[in-house]
Amino acid sequence: MNAVNKDKLWTNLKSKYSIYMVLLALFIISWMANENFVSAENLKNISTQISVGTILAFGQTILIICGMLDLSSASVLALAGVLSVSVYKMTGSLTIAFAVAIIVGVLCNILNGLMVTKFKAPPFIATLAMMTMARGAALMYTNGQNIYQIGGYTVFGQGRIFGMPAPIIFMIGLLIITWYILKHTVFGRSVYAIGGNEEAANASGINVDKIKMRAFIINGIFVGIAGVLFMSRINGGMPNGAIGYEFKALTAAVIGGTSFTGGIGTASGTLAGAFIVGFLDNIMVLVGVNSYLQQIVRGAIIALAVIYDIWAKTKKRKPKLASIEAK
Amino acid sequence: MNLDIKLRVSNIEKFFPGVKALDKINFAVKKGTVHVLCGENGAGKSTLMKVINGIYKQDAGQVLIDEKVVDIKNPIEARSHGISMIFQELNYMPEMTIEESLFVGNWPRDKFGQVDWKEIRKRTLQLLEKENLSYSPETKLKDLTVSDIQMLEILKAISYNSDIIIMDEPTSAITQKEVEVLFKKIIELKERGACIIYISHKMDEIFRIADEITVFRDGCVVDSRPIADYDMETVITQMVGRKLESVFQKEDIAIGEQALQVKGLTSAGKFKNVSFEVSQGEIIGFAGLMGAGRTEVMRGLFGLDEYQGGEVTIRGKKVHIKNVRDSIGHKMVMLSEDRRRFGIIPVRSVRENVSLSSLKKFIYKGRLHAEEENQVVEDLCKKMNVKTPSYETSIESLSGGNQQKVILAKWMATNPDILILDEPTRGIDVGAKHEIYKLMTMLAKQGKAVIMVSSELPELIMMCDKIYVMAKGEVTGMLTRDEFTQEKIMAYATATITQ
Repeated sequence: MNAVNKDKLWTNLKSKYSIYMVLLALFIISWMANENFVSAENLKNISTQISVGTILAFGQTILIICGMLDLSSASVLALAGVLSVSVYKMTGSLTIAFAVAIIVGVLCNILNGLMVTKFKAPPFIATLAMMTMARGAALMYTNGQNIYQIGGYTVFGQGRIFGMPAPIIFMIGLLIITWYILKHTVFGRSVYAIGGNEEAANASGINVDKIKMRAFIINGIFVGIAGVLFMSRINGGMPNGAIGYEFKALTAAVIGGTSFTGGIGTASGTLAGAFIVGFLDNIMVLVGVNSYLQQIVRGAIIALAVIYDIWAKTKKRKPKLASIEAK
Repeated sequence: MNLDIKLRVSNIEKFFPGVKALDKINFAVKKGTVHVLCGENGAGKSTLMKVINGIYKQDAGQVLIDEKVVDIKNPIEARSHGISMIFQELNYMPEMTIEESLFVGNWPRDKFGQVDWKEIRKRTLQLLEKENLSYSPETKLKDLTVSDIQMLEILKAISYNSDIIIMDEPTSAITQKEVEVLFKKIIELKERGACIIYISHKMDEIFRIADEITVFRDGCVVDSRPIADYDMETVITQMVGRKLESVFQKEDIAIGEQALQVKGLTSAGKFKNVSFEVSQGEIIGFAGLMGAGRTEVMRGLFGLDEYQGGEVTIRGKKVHIKNVRDSIGHKMVMLSEDRRRFGIIPVRSVRENVSLSSLKKFIYKGRLHAEEENQVVEDLCKKMNVKTPSYETSIESLSGGNQQKVILAKWMATNPDILILDEPTRGIDVGAKHEIYKLMTMLAKQGKAVIMVSSELPELIMMCDKIYVMAKGEVTGMLTRDEFTQEKIMAYATATITQ
């Protein structure tokens, strides 16, 4: 009995922390492959590079745990970003510019939420529509032109806080917020329950529509912040910026162990997932891997992550079936 | 009439995890007869029919057609042996047209092996014309009424020119006029020499069309005789008499003030004019056959579905329950009959499942108080005797009985006054059933009002202070403890309501 328990504990540990072991292994392998990899400068660079995508990924993580997703996040990022830059150029106020980005992110996501809760549209379709609309709106507002000379706006993306690049501080701050929301609020626990079994969650007294709407609103805040950081980092309001970032975000979440069937996922797992992708990209560049091959590798990693997720789940279930049949 | 045996089953056995669904079944159906199968829910009738139709594979025994052993692997093979089946629960694809649905799996081919749509159209039109149905073959099934669809299913089964036609409660979804049409068809089929296996709970129907009756109970054949040897009472007596798996002594509990009163609860198409009441410390039961509307009433009461008419009074106060949160607010909770669908959150831990409906007790002042949560979860799980390696184990890896106790613990955490338990012992083993009975007694002793819906008469009789019986969405009778007999309950449950 004791041995069985120990065995179980080990399997639990393995499945709970396997993602961090993978991250550690990748770190060591990268270190051995190229000594420049571990330099403080390089690690800082990687962290800054993944920050925008990872902030989007935190929003996605909450949505995916809840059984949804957001395809529109990169487009809404662009719309929020260009409007924010433009407002900064008009008013010269960083506070107002920042607020505008968040308001735009939230409004777009309230529309996503309405489509999903009131009109029962599948999140995939609802956010696909928003993805197209928001990108169109960003292009229409700027007439397809980039906005340059953004002056002091670059402080968000290029400034430093405590000697660290500001985007890294934002990323860490939002990591803590996401962790707190998921772990320490009624909302967070409801998100897991809805993703795990929506009908049972409803029958347990959870207001499913309200929780889904809130998940979108939180995602909207994250997207708005990501919009500010993105535009600020690249020195301009780019209506065509961040194309494909929604998939970067989904990739980080999935590699980090967030299950697309819902009910499973953590903020720290997603961060680890983002770093795995970041490390891989970086080391492939450092050792001079063909850039097309890099893309193939990135795709293969997603496939592996999903296969592992499904395999781990069926393995958990099997002993139970065996014990029933033994009866 | 040729009375040769057409279909015979010999010593058929079928096991499902934990239960013996069919135990050495023997019976025979003669050509040109209607053979009615009777029995309570779960007696094994539908399971046996699924074996004959090739949906399930028997674990032992043989099926014989014309006294030759056949091995039927799937419904298409069954059809080639001349067997067709009409199912109790309609499974249809709403976007399909009539002509598409009539030939699913049996498409006529042209000489190139392609589906011959011209032939399909021709045969559909012939059939519709012959049956006097004024639909276009291109009408989609979703545009038809349920009874039309059921009628089409019946016509489809007949149109195969089968010799063995299985009808599993064919009249549960059709109107009286259509029942007459069906019975006329059945007589035509008999004259053609086909045999019909007819499953029904409706005594008046059974005695109108049956030539022979076989009664099932607990996966066994109790008796099989020609109709002349039976009367309604004999059938009911043979149907019930089910063995009690777990004997439990009901305790005398003082009955307190009225906790819940329901008057004339009505929901269009589901249930009508349902009234009952339950007091503190009382356990009341709801009996009835499948589809009697018991679960629907409870779902309406609990706020999972809407109800249109009627009055609900809780502790003397009139309330209108619009959703589950209202119900929990009035301290009324419900254990659903479908544990997998409405009960458990499979991927999450026992702890999270227990605390799900009372999170506000542990999450306040801006953070989760994990120690308090663990304490409450541990206390409740111990009280409910939940067997789990740890409270962090995923609920999915627990046995059905333990899952059920976890869900009960979830509701206990909200400190309810009224508990609705819909089939609380379904699909759990004997030991766990006994524990559920013990828990119910404990709850009643604490002064809680308990409503128990069950399809197992013995457990209702054992546990309840009074039993309401439902049929076709209405309460057809109420019995107090001194009046309880399985026969009386079954008579109410099979009663036909006169409009």
